[in-house]
Amino acid sequence: MYDSFAIVIATAHIAAALALLNGVLTTIGDGNIAAKALESIARQPEAADEIRSTMFIGLAMAETSGIYGLLIAIIMLFANPLVNIYLQHIGG
Amino acid sequence: MNFDIDNLWVIQIGGVDIWITRTIFNTWIIMLVLIVFAVFVRVLLRRFQEVPRGFQNAVEAAVEVFDGFVLNNGGPRLMSMGTWFFTVFIFIFVSSISGAAGLRPPTADWATTFAFALVTFVLMQLAGFKYRKGGYLKSFFQPNPIFFPLNVIGELAKPVSLSFRLYGNVLSGLILMTLIYSIAPIFVRIGIPVVLHAYFDVIMGALQTYIFCILSLMFIREAAG
Repeated sequence: MYDSFAIVIATAHIAAALALLNGVLTTIGDGNIAAKALESIARQPEAADEIRSTMFIGLAMAETSGIYGLLIAIIMLFANPLVNIYLQHIGG
Repeated sequence: MNFDIDNLWVIQIGGVDIWITRTIFNTWIIMLVLIVFAVFVRVLLRRFQEVPRGFQNAVEAAVEVFDGFVLNNGGPRLMSMGTWFFTVFIFIFVSSISGAAGLRPPTADWATTFAFALVTFVLMQLAGFKYRKGGYLKSFFQPNPIFFPLNVIGELAKPVSLSFRLYGNVLSGLILMTLIYSIAPIFVRIGIPVVLHAYFDVIMGALQTYIFCILSLMFIREAAG
């Protein structure tokens, strides 16, 4: 019984780590956005304010998937519903 | 190491249990601070002069900057919503930097951020029906009636993503700060957390508040057409 519980817990931790892996791609996308904005500001310094505010919106949009991954990882670690289902299963 | 939302009291109103959580309590503290500040400004408002100086200059500059922000991003039609977004901006910003004062930020609870996102959603629908009337309903069937379910899901996903963005950012800052406080030895806790608080609470808080307001304004302007 305790072995299967260990498997459930270990799988939840591996799932949390996998969910955080999407931070890699999110960061690459953020870097692309910042690099393009930097290029545009270097080309047109007079439009810097407008480019900067648009860049922040783009960064926020690109960051969304990273934040979803973070929330999934937090749910996996601290509020995992599958653990409760498993405990009910072996209890009843 | 504890970053759960703990329950302070349970009060009963008409046989219904109402849980006063730490989020609600901290929201009250922040409301109290903001109301005291607002009363302070209101009292000073009587002594304001034609040519601003000192404190009056700072208050007028803040209002003017925010008016310009709403005008640039929402257009002249949405100027009436500027007051609401100024309030939201100040509340979210103060609740983000309250983490530096040792409170648990109310925005690190999904209920708070979802409430704000829900108001944005209602304002989106109201603006759409007010400015575009039937054209707003028709926009759900563009470019083809088959896309109706997808358009509805896309519309419902906006408040969810808006609230998760703010909640995830504030919560990740809170968790990192809690971890650092729990693993750091005593002598590291002096001085060094100030820098981290400045980054996670003040800079990220200001940035996320700005993004929340600007995205809400853009969604509303998009609905208003």
